[in-house]
Amino acid sequence: MYTAKVMDHFTNPRNVGEIPDADGIGTEGNPTCGDVMQIFIKVKDDRIIDVKFKTFGCGAAIAVSSMITELVKGKTIDEALAISKETVANELGGLPAQKMHCSNLGADALKKAIEDYRSKKK
Amino acid sequence: MRKCYFDHVATNPLDRRVFDAMTPYFMEAFGNPLSLYDLGAKAKEAIENARGQVAALINSKASEIIFTSSGAEANNFALRGIALARQHEGKHVIVSKMEHHSILNSARFLEKAGFVVTFLPVDKHGIVEPEIVKKSITKETTLISITHASSEVGTIEPIKEIGRIAKEKGIIFHTDAVAAAGNIPVDVKELGVDLLSMAAHQFYGPKGAGALYVREGLRIVPLIYGGIQENGRRAGTENVPAIVGMGKAAELAKDEMAARMEQSKKLRDKLIKGVSGIENIYLTGHPENRLPAHASFTVEFIEGEAMLLLLAAKGIYAASGSACSSKALKASPVLLSMGVSSNLAQGSIVFSLGKGSTEEDIDYLLAEFPQVIKRLREMSPYAKGWGTKGESGECIPQK
Repeated sequence: MYTAKVMDHFTNPRNVGEIPDADGIGTEGNPTCGDVMQIFIKVKDDRIIDVKFKTFGCGAAIAVSSMITELVKGKTIDEALAISKETVANELGGLPAQKMHCSNLGADALKKAIEDYRSKKK
Repeated sequence: MRKCYFDHVATNPLDRRVFDAMTPYFMEAFGNPLSLYDLGAKAKEAIENARGQVAALINSKASEIIFTSSGAEANNFALRGIALARQHEGKHVIVSKMEHHSILNSARFLEKAGFVVTFLPVDKHGIVEPEIVKKSITKETTLISITHASSEVGTIEPIKEIGRIAKEKGIIFHTDAVAAAGNIPVDVKELGVDLLSMAAHQFYGPKGAGALYVREGLRIVPLIYGGIQENGRRAGTENVPAIVGMGKAAELAKDEMAARMEQSKKLRDKLIKGVSGIENIYLTGHPENRLPAHASFTVEFIEGEAMLLLLAAKGIYAASGSACSSKALKASPVLLSMGVSSNLAQGSIVFSLGKGSTEEDIDYLLAEFPQVIKRLREMSPYAKGWGTKGESGECIPQK
């Protein structure tokens, strides 16, 4: 059902945890119907220098979370905002069709974390 | 790595003795049971022998057994066949929310065809209260169908009591005994059922073989029209090897039932006891009135599919009723109907043991399972609780 890449990120997820003094936190999803993803970012000079996640959900949701943290680390805010759901799914070698909608929450959670960071900066 | 198959409600391996009984009917005794020459007669004899073996398992007459391709077909057949046969008497059918999809979706088909269907609620253990069945009966009711035992939560329903009510009111009573037959004693006379479904692969028989018991004298409309097989009630050239396999499996299940049950119950109780030491984990289904090989739980703050996959990576095979693990992405209707919250239903996990399960298997599970839970909880934003409710009802994790 899942690609080897998905299974790798699911069984050995990268960047699990929280950042206590995060500059931005984004949460997406709902546990009553599917998955919930929470992303923490630390930003310096407009660049994401650290990122961590916590996820409630299936194998795909956890793999997506792990993958997006790898993709954004070291990126500028604008580069991070350019990452789409499709990018994440492609980097994982594809996701099952029924998981694309409910488990592919990484890009949305990341956007929320960036919005949170920007609103705090103002 | 140790391999522990704890998904016996999904299916079972074939018993070697069943396999051996089946093999002559693929290439040697391959005849069509309807053929008049000796090859046909041999196949016919094999089917009738199997019919007797299946009948003996549920204490019916051989002539009351109709072979089908699966438990699902037997369920479709019973619901449609009786509702249609008696539609001149009334168009109300009663089922419960504990039923398998093959009952629920057959009931929905009947609704579309102009019948009225009552889907009965259940209590927190998944029990269909006989009193509630009684109250839901109308002058129009012709059929009641309640599962014998739930493969999802293990609960065994009060079939005998419901059967008594149905008989009093002159209503036909069907039970889906797919999870029960071959695993616990099932006696159609004692239960007072008019129809009963079963599936061979639930008791070490082959897939593709099921049966419907139809009480003598009861008229049923066929699901499949065609030739005169099964007395004209189920057309199609018989799957002779599978039917032979079902018969042999039924015979073995009957002979070995007491021993299998005793062993399963011992191991299941050890499993439940061991797992109950983990924090925030709850047994689902009835604590006593449950299938002897069945242990089902909800684990708080994590999701079932993730648990399944991590367990599978350790060689432990289980099942889950979580939304993510279902193809429809919907949480188990059975758990929701028992009042389990949709958050908690996501953490559903089901272990069903078999005759090959050992004490060492349980020890291995009890060593690995807590680690899987710990790992996923470390990843979960809800490890400290379900948080506060947001504007759209979502759970906002606590910081």
